Amino acid sequence: MEELLNILSELHPDVDFTCQEGLVDDAILDSMDIVSLIAAIKDVYDVSITARDIVPEHFNSAAALYRLIQRLADED
Amino acid sequence: MQNHVLNDLYAVVRRCPDKLAYSDGEHGLTFAQVYDHSRRVGSYLHRAGIYKRPVVVFMRRSPEEVAAFFGVVAGGCFYVPVDVEMPQSRVQLILDNVQAPLVICDDTTWEAGQELQLGGGRAVRYGALLDTPVDGEALAAIHARAIDTDPIYIVFTSGSTGVPKGVAACHRSVLDYITQLSEVLGFDGDTVFGNQSPLYFDACLKELYPTLRYGATTYLIPKKLFSMPVALVDYLNCHQINTICWVVSALSMVSAFGTFQEVKPRYLRTVAFGSEVFPLQQFRLWRQALPQADFVNLYGPTEGTGMCCFYRVDREFEDGEPIPIGRPFPNREILLLTPEGAPAKPGEAGELCIRGTSVTLGYYNDPERTARAFVQNPLNHAYPEIIYRTGDIGRYNERGELVFVSRRDAQIKHMGHRVELGEIETAAAALPEIRLCACLYDGAKSRIILCYVGEIVQGELARRLRARLPRYMLPARLIPLDAMPFTANGKIDRLALKQRYIPQD
Repeated sequence: MEELLNILSELHPDVDFTCQEGLVDDAILDSMDIVSLIAAIKDVYDVSITARDIVPEHFNSAAALYRLIQRLADED
Repeated sequence: MQNHVLNDLYAVVRRCPDKLAYSDGEHGLTFAQVYDHSRRVGSYLHRAGIYKRPVVVFMRRSPEEVAAFFGVVAGGCFYVPVDVEMPQSRVQLILDNVQAPLVICDDTTWEAGQELQLGGGRAVRYGALLDTPVDGEALAAIHARAIDTDPIYIVFTSGSTGVPKGVAACHRSVLDYITQLSEVLGFDGDTVFGNQSPLYFDACLKELYPTLRYGATTYLIPKKLFSMPVALVDYLNCHQINTICWVVSALSMVSAFGTFQEVKPRYLRTVAFGSEVFPLQQFRLWRQALPQADFVNLYGPTEGTGMCCFYRVDREFEDGEPIPIGRPFPNREILLLTPEGAPAKPGEAGELCIRGTSVTLGYYNDPERTARAFVQNPLNHAYPEIIYRTGDIGRYNERGELVFVSRRDAQIKHMGHRVELGEIETAAAALPEIRLCACLYDGAKSRIILCYVGEIVQGELARRLRARLPRYMLPARLIPLDAMPFTANGKIDRLALKQRYIPQD
């Protein structure tokens, strides 16, 4: 989880990602952020996020995103 | 003769007043409503004594914002769109430049509007403008006095110094552009546009004005959807959108994550793209998903009014081969000029310079920078004729198609060789692992630097580049990035990369 928070902080150093619940809905993350997030997650966690999982529910908070990463890692 | 962009609105409102003109998917305006709104806004300006002045439109991207644009033109003024997405400092620079007497806000921007220095101007809510009774006589008089070289908008592009430049365009340039573009892309009354670009760039001309001319419909696709590829394609299908003109990064976002294995656009028949080189792997995924659709590459700077050149993709491309920008739309010419101002020889690279009606009026309140880019045609000594120097380098390929090579400042002299940084980028982009790349040159240290996003380590990338590039073109530094910085209009932000990786003296 800490690594994920590091990745997010690199994108937006000014945002406290531990308490945000609407990263997509409140337009904190834009499409370029999502693209780079997915690339960084692949590097760090070795999981590939595909279109099916690129939905607001998975990207609105760091916690939700971490759950997605864990699920994908378990499926491997 | 067509001399006013609103003539199309006045004609379409008689043909199909109740048809949906602009919508964000949840809320829309019919042509009759757009007409009514624009007449009220125009009448307000007349009452306020604002005529032939810039009027800032600071609104959420919405059907109402489009109607506000037309209202400003109906009042004999020209619109200057700004947006909450822009940094406030940039909005302030724009306001300082144009000195507008009026800033039109909506409820979402009203507070942000209060924090701006308006100079001698004042802010007003869009809703208040709609309470103005229509003064048909005054509007008719304003329309009758308009001439087609009057400006209708100023849009701001990034300047290399950080001070944005306001490109002012007139009726005639826009009328010419939409006429040529519509013929090439085959717009008609059944066209349903899916607009991606913000409304504060000339990119949105492609949808906004042909919608009036043909009685088409434009959906302003919510920006959030461009982060959610499956939902985005669902949106296209839900509204039966058949025509899109998007930046390459938006198209790549959809194709790169296997979206087409989940869902395919069912109605798309025209896919136009531009402003960056389309990575071939991504382009092929689009073509496989939509084998029947027309794919058209567009090229053009804001200073040439929207797009200037087009290429309809009619063949397969080899890895590493750039998709051409093709040829100019009718009624404009591209001159390829050498640094000395002579025509480039066949096959030789030259600066793309635009000649014709599409050349805009210049940079607003900025005679110095206007004089540098809007210059006398060096091939014509007989009478005044202004061409626009794009700063882009191009050449003709062996098929006689124009190909974009690089930015002018991307042509460098390195180890005695003339090197196009764009060629290095093309070679790197041909590797399937590379998603995006940008080449820089550190003149002080004579080093070529390649920044890239992709699943490949530096050593492997260096090895593969050695197989593709002459020794003198090999980058001395390879910098892997998690993400490319982008400018507001979706181009790679080379200035930001330079500031980050090339130490300044």
